[in-house]
Parts: sequence; C-alpha cells; structure tokens
Amino acid sequence: MADLPPRLAELVEDFSAVGPKDRLQLLLELSQELPDLPERYADAADSMEQVHECQSPLFLAVEVEDGATAPDRPVHLFFSAPPEAPTTRGFASIMHTGLDGESAADVLAVPDDFYVALGLGQAVSPLRLRGMAAMLARIKNQVRARTA
Amino acid sequence: MALPADNDPKLADYAHPERLVTTEWLAANLGSDGLVVVESDEDVLLYDTGHIPGAVKVDWHTELNDPVTRDYVDGARFAEICGERGIARDTTVVFYGDRNNWWATYALWVFALFGHEDVRILDGGRAKWVAEGREMTTEQPKPATVDYPVVERDDTTLRAFKDDVLAHLEKVKGGTGALVDVRSPGEYSGELLHMPDYPQEGAVRGGHIPGAANVPWARAAAEDATFKPRADLEAIYLQEQGLSADDDVVAYCRIGERSSHTWFVLTHLLGFGTVRNYDGSWTEWGNTVRVPIAQGAERG
Repeated sequence: MADLPPRLAELVEDFSAVGPKDRLQLLLELSQELPDLPERYADAADSMEQVHECQSPLFLAVEVEDGATAPDRPVHLFFSAPPEAPTTRGFASIMHTGLDGESAADVLAVPDDFYVALGLGQAVSPLRLRGMAAMLARIKNQVRARTA
Repeated sequence: MALPADNDPKLADYAHPERLVTTEWLAANLGSDGLVVVESDEDVLLYDTGHIPGAVKVDWHTELNDPVTRDYVDGARFAEICGERGIARDTTVVFYGDRNNWWATYALWVFALFGHEDVRILDGGRAKWVAEGREMTTEQPKPATVDYPVVERDDTTLRAFKDDVLAHLEKVKGGTGALVDVRSPGEYSGELLHMPDYPQEGAVRGGHIPGAANVPWARAAAEDATFKPRADLEAIYLQEQGLSADDDVVAYCRIGERSSHTWFVLTHLLGFGTVRNYDGSWTEWGNTVRVPIAQGAERG
C-alpha cells in the first residue's frame, strides 16, 4: 500500500501481521486510545456530521488548517462515539491515528478500500466494516469541501 | 436441572414469564450450577470492554452464522459452540446484550432452532444491568468444556424461507395470516435503500412484502431497554395493528435480526402460537426476481 500515509501504513502492517483474535484485541486497544473531543465540539450532535452507515452513533468533524496551497494544508479529525460502541471507536481511532495531521492531498489519496488490508472482515464482519468505508468517504467529502 | 423461574410480578403478566428474568433474579442466581449467561451484542468488542461476571460471549456473525453459506451453523458446530462455553443440553441459558437485547433475542432464536429448551432473556439487557451499577468485569471465564449433543436444526417451526413466505401471501390476503415488517418506516415505504455516495449492502428494490404491517421492532422496548408491559404491547400489536394470537405470523426485517426481537415478543410475551422469522428478509426479497413488492406507507 504505497499510497498510505506512514502511520496508517504502519497500522495496516500491525493488523495484517497478527491473527484474527489479536486483530480484535488491537482494535479494542485503539478504541481506548481515541482522544476526547475538544470543548468546541461539546454539542456534538449539532456541530458534527453523523456517520449513519455506522451501526452505532458516530459523529465526526474535519478541520483543515489555513495554508498557502490547498493540497498541503494539514487536516485534523475529531470523532465522537459512545463507550458502548468500542468497534466504532476503534475504527475512528484508526482514522485518527492514521490520518490526523496529514495533508489534504494525502488524505484524499488514501484508497477507498484501504480497510480491506486490515483483515478485519473475518473477525468483525463485512457489515460492520461498512462503517469504516463510510467514515473515510465522509472525511474526504469534507476535506474536498474545505479545500475547494 | 433448570433453574426456577423468576416470579417477578411484571413478568407474571406475560404469556410465558419463564422466558424472562430480571436483573435482580440474575444477580441472585449468578454462579448457580446449571446456569450459563451469554452476552450477545451488535458490537463485537463490547463484551471485551466488560461483561456480567462469568458471562460468556456468542457473536452473531462470527459464531452463529455459517462462514460460507448464508445460513446458520450446523448441529456439529453448534454443539462445539455450546460445549466450549459450558452449556449442556439441560443448561438454563440467559441471554443479554446491547441495544434493547436486539442481538440477544437473535441468539436465543438460533438456540431455539436447535431446540435448546431453557432459554431466557435478561429483561433490560446490558443497559439496565449497567444503569443499576451492578458488577461488571473484564475477566474471561474459563468454563470446563462439556458434552453437547449434535442436534439437527429444526428449520420448519420457527423459521420461514422465501417460498414459505410466497405461499403465506395467500393466507395474508385471506385474513388468516399476517406479515410483520419490523424495519423503519423509511425502509418499509421504499424510500430508504442506500445513503447518498455509499454503496450499502442491501437490495436492488425498495418497499415491503405486500400485506405486511409495519411495526418497528424497538417499539416493543421501554426507555430502560426492558420489554414494555403486556398491556402496552397488546395496544400496539393487537389493538393498533389488528393482529391476533391465533394468526399465523411471519416477521422479517433486513437480515432477520431485528425481527427475532419481534418474534420473541409475539411468541413469548403475547403468546402467539405460530410465529416464524423470515431471516432471508429484505436482503433476499428485495433482490429476488418477480416477487411482489408494495411501496409507500400502505400495506398494499
């Protein structure tokens, strides 16, 4: 996966190096590392975009820093998902760990199906994985809108 | 050696009160011989973040579904799943889970297909247990493996296939059969098929099976995730929707999980005699060539 930003590529490598049971463990650990929302998103439901494709309520917000040329502007991601949705939190944490701080161009270049390489289909189910595809699509839409 | 039933007065109103236990009952009976508590969630990781002490996990997708054929596991695999969890054929199994016990009732329904006799639901599920501040643990139980017989699944009594539903349509027209579509009104009318921009595992046609009543499954649940009292359930299913306990009923949703919740309500709480769950549901019907479909808010 040459097109992946380095931290996302590292995550994909971590996941694909272990068996299905350990992948779940990894996802669980990531779910616990999802940072809390900053104060300005306290009213998540009003100011953030809901990812309806996730089976549990997930809200995301995308900020793009000011900068000279649009493609180079760093992207910042914010997620809100309840503790009773650890899988969704885990997916969000993969996005956050892998993409937060990357440039708009690099975020847009992430292949839409990158998550297949995580090898979670068997352990998590394809249905549940849909949420991850949707999350990336919505992140990209917001990045496009903010750099247009 | 089934455990005694919970004599809670709220449960006593239901048609089959022995199919439910309260959080108080479970707290008092945890650790009893002959009892295994099973957590079944939508979220595959939720159990691992903390669960009722001693509870084992059964995942609907990775454990109850066959990994290749669209079907449930066979008797041999089911026997392994139970045996590994310390469940014998005469064990009292209490299921609980997230989201108003949506997946817990699904797991219970699959156990019922295999004729496991003593299956019960924890009224209020995981949410109520947690809300009451009861004990949770991340410690994984290590049950000793027991022998569970290889039992053939009975797919004729509690389960309906597409051809059964096609045949059932005549009964629906004649007024002796009923169909209950437990999806959201948007899915029922055919408006909702997929979200903008994203492919959705779903159907190429939207709408519902002609004649089906639309009763979103979660209407049977109260705020605290318990089942609504019997009188409230009767107000919905009998008075409002015109169903009756001697109707031959088929319930469906998208893949048969939400409708297993309604199957439980109609069968065990309201005492309907014949309720089958059509697990092919809309992902089969809405993709099938030349089956009748109704669109809009009317039953059609």
